[in-house]
Amino acid sequence: MTLLTTVFAAIISTIVWYLNTSRRELKLSVLCFTYWGASIMWFVDAVFEYIRLREAFFTPAPADVLNDLCLGLSAVALGLIIWLAVLLIHDPKGVIRNALFQKKD
Amino acid sequence: MACFIVPVAEAVITSIALKTMHTEETASTTDSQETSDGALTPHIPFKKKLGWLSNMLWGGSALLAFEHLWHGEIVPWFPFLTAASNLQDTMAMLQEMATTGVTMAGMVTGIWLVIVGITSVMEKRELNLRSAAK
Repeated sequence: MTLLTTVFAAIISTIVWYLNTSRRELKLSVLCFTYWGASIMWFVDAVFEYIRLREAFFTPAPADVLNDLCLGLSAVALGLIIWLAVLLIHDPKGVIRNALFQKKD
Repeated sequence: MACFIVPVAEAVITSIALKTMHTEETASTTDSQETSDGALTPHIPFKKKLGWLSNMLWGGSALLAFEHLWHGEIVPWFPFLTAASNLQDTMAMLQEMATTGVTMAGMVTGIWLVIVGITSVMEKRELNLRSAAK
């Protein structure tokens, strides 16, 4: 479930990157690479878990599914926070700079 | 247990490589390079391509580290990894790093190499199209 949640986040962020003309300014590639990197790593993790559990891998307990879903959504939120932090630090449109250092009339 | 440490180690190496790369590539921030006749040729600097790998490794490792924190495998006190508290768990952790961790890093690098290969083909195709148009 964690893998599935992250893959969907990666696909959605890639579509947003493709369609958005301000992709460079918004640093959308950071978001895409974060989610794709995590998706690949969780995919490898899932393959190793499948080798270990075999059929049981596809029949998890409902409580585990819910826990994994919560983890996946939390991971997606963390990815967004990382991207937001990168965006605000780089401040490509100078919004924070203006807000902090603009002289009052 | 601690499989994310292997991609983190690779991410550190790529970040160091990015920092120490030649300044001629760092100066280029666009996807094109100017030739002697003033025309723009499609070229993505290797530094930018390496940045893709670095972003994938750092981003993926960060989310994976969060998963380990969620499962209580990382703790905020020494030795920070619960598996490092006894020898038996440490051996299992090292084995997981050697199998899952190395495969994770290898898979991310492999996919990055495929992306780099595809973009190189696209660069050449674009160059051929521009040459044919002249």
